[in-house]
Amino acid sequence: MPTDYHGFSRRQLLAGTAAGTAFLAMPSIIRAQTQSLKIAVVLPQSGYLAQAGQSCHRGALVSSSVLADFGHKVELMHIDMESNPDVARTQTERAINEGAQCVVGAFDSAGTLAIAQVCEQRQVPLIVNIGAAPQLTEQGYKFLVRNFPTGGMLVSNGLKQIKTLIEATKVAPKTAVFLHANDNFGMAQRHGMDKVFPTAGMPFKLLDSIPYDPKAQDLSVEVTKIRGLNPDLLLVVTRAADAIKLVRDIVRQKFQPMGIISPGAPGLYDEEFYKALGPLADYHVDAIPWANPKSKVTQALQAAYKKQQPSYRFAVECFNVGFTFDALLIAADAFKRAGTATGPELMQALKATNLTDHAMIGPPIKFDEKGQNVDIPSSCVQNRAQTPTVVLPADVATMTPVLPEPPWQGRT
Amino acid sequence: MAAITLNVIVQGLLTGLVYGLMALGLSVIFGVMRVVNFAHGELTVVAMYAAFILFEILHLDPLIALLPVAAVFFGVGYLLQRTLISPFIGRAEHEQFILLVGLATVIVNGLLMIFGPDARPINLSYSFDSYAVGGIFIDKVRVLAAIAAVAVAAALFLFFRYTRTGTAIRACADNLTGAAVVGLNVKQLYAVTFGIGLACVGAAGTLMATIADASPSLAQAYTLLAFTIVIVGGLGSMVGALIGGVLIGVSEALAGFYVQPSMKSMFSFALLIIVLVLRPQGLMGRRL
Repeated sequence: MPTDYHGFSRRQLLAGTAAGTAFLAMPSIIRAQTQSLKIAVVLPQSGYLAQAGQSCHRGALVSSSVLADFGHKVELMHIDMESNPDVARTQTERAINEGAQCVVGAFDSAGTLAIAQVCEQRQVPLIVNIGAAPQLTEQGYKFLVRNFPTGGMLVSNGLKQIKTLIEATKVAPKTAVFLHANDNFGMAQRHGMDKVFPTAGMPFKLLDSIPYDPKAQDLSVEVTKIRGLNPDLLLVVTRAADAIKLVRDIVRQKFQPMGIISPGAPGLYDEEFYKALGPLADYHVDAIPWANPKSKVTQALQAAYKKQQPSYRFAVECFNVGFTFDALLIAADAFKRAGTATGPELMQALKATNLTDHAMIGPPIKFDEKGQNVDIPSSCVQNRAQTPTVVLPADVATMTPVLPEPPWQGRT
Repeated sequence: MAAITLNVIVQGLLTGLVYGLMALGLSVIFGVMRVVNFAHGELTVVAMYAAFILFEILHLDPLIALLPVAAVFFGVGYLLQRTLISPFIGRAEHEQFILLVGLATVIVNGLLMIFGPDARPINLSYSFDSYAVGGIFIDKVRVLAAIAAVAVAAALFLFFRYTRTGTAIRACADNLTGAAVVGLNVKQLYAVTFGIGLACVGAAGTLMATIADASPSLAQAYTLLAFTIVIVGGLGSMVGALIGGVLIGVSEALAGFYVQPSMKSMFSFALLIIVLVLRPQGLMGRRL
């Protein structure tokens, strides 16, 4: 009887072992290629900044899927800093201990400064989504980049837009008063105003700069002081809750300026503001960076936002959402180019960023030697039918600007 | 300039009367029970939200909602005292402090979870109206809120002065042992007192909702404000609470106008320090 011997040769054994090893190793090879960047998104989701912080948070929630559509893989850790810099510091430490390779945050300049110290010590890159205090990029942090204008830039670009607004509407204001929150953000704007206004060539005189406590329950005293000065224009740096109190007290005291204009601050375009004031929210102007409706990135973000956050309007939230998305996009783009999430290498890639397609209006995102993007232009956004509407510059405007504002009486 | 100054004083006075009503509740509770309600501001904000809900659902003006909210708060205060506070009376002060601070924390975070951080305004048909008197503009909501605050305070004075229960509560405050000896049900009276204190808070919060937008972040500020007012006015003195409220309201307004609006609180705390140094029992309080 013949025997049918099926044995393995040494060559076959070696080839089989190699193939088996490759097969077993395949998942880890695949994992290494699809490794995602772990980003801690630190925002004030509670406390007095919660309204804006939650808006940014909604942007972060939507960003993962949009970034994935554009070929980026990120894993987000959502951290609430409770509008408190000490909490921001400790929570960032915790996030890094839990594996965060990059940090995005934190809307509030005071909180962001606290986080910057931690990131610098731990050599973890920080990308500032929103935060105007100049110190962030002036203190020499090596692990920080900021894709948001400084207080000075906001004011400077804002005043340029206000000048264009005055020329476009052919009004002739002679005087203005500047009212600002007495916190890091408001004071950054105030310093910017003090520095820039004297040489900005504005057609009106600044009568006074009045700081107010952002936690005050009403602004009647401040409005009485403004009414005593009787300016043509009121320039404001506020947040939503303060803006509501301000306009309410202005209407009660029957003070009718030509315009209420913000040289780059939130508040006048928040959903809370529209809901509280209705028609009285209209015609105020914000000279502020804004989302680019013609960018395919913005359009994708808008579509995803509409689907995932149907209770909120992208048109109202696009400032917070757009800047937060862009910060995450910057991180993801740098990770792709660096090929690693190691702090120093990732930071090098961040410094070399040249991102053409992004959500906000402006040229490609680049950072100078201090980590600052110095080219973020402002536009004039006016409230029309309780919707923020771009009215300047003309090439991206969807409506023409209106100044002076119509009287309060006809609007209620 | 005189007209503007008078405008500032009048606004401060009207707001101060509502502050005073809020502080009155704290003064009543401490005056009788020697319990310091560290959750005072938080409960005021709860009342603001109650007014907001009644307005949103039933379109009830806060001036009318004041009565049912105060009644509910009386009931809540009564039950709170009977269940939670009563075991802590007579215990070390730090234990009362921790209890009530814990209660405050639970309340604030509960409000955040239910309502979120956004400020909730009550948009009355007359929210933007004001009375023009010469060169002065006086907010209609402040006038109505101040009148209501004075009415509630007056009702409270009359209660303590002319009713049997009010007299009995005053007896407990004056001489607890004596009150027990003559057969007064001290526990029951304490519960009623706490209920009355919270009813004041409920009324004040409802009125406050016409002046300020309800938000959890106001809670701590109101607790601090209430303490400042009762210490300035005299802990345990009802008249002192109202006077303290007016003083704080006017001083904040004048400081904000003549110095800097962001320094309003600084001046009310400066007033507090002056009173503590020169008259530690407060303007209308009994000497310690």
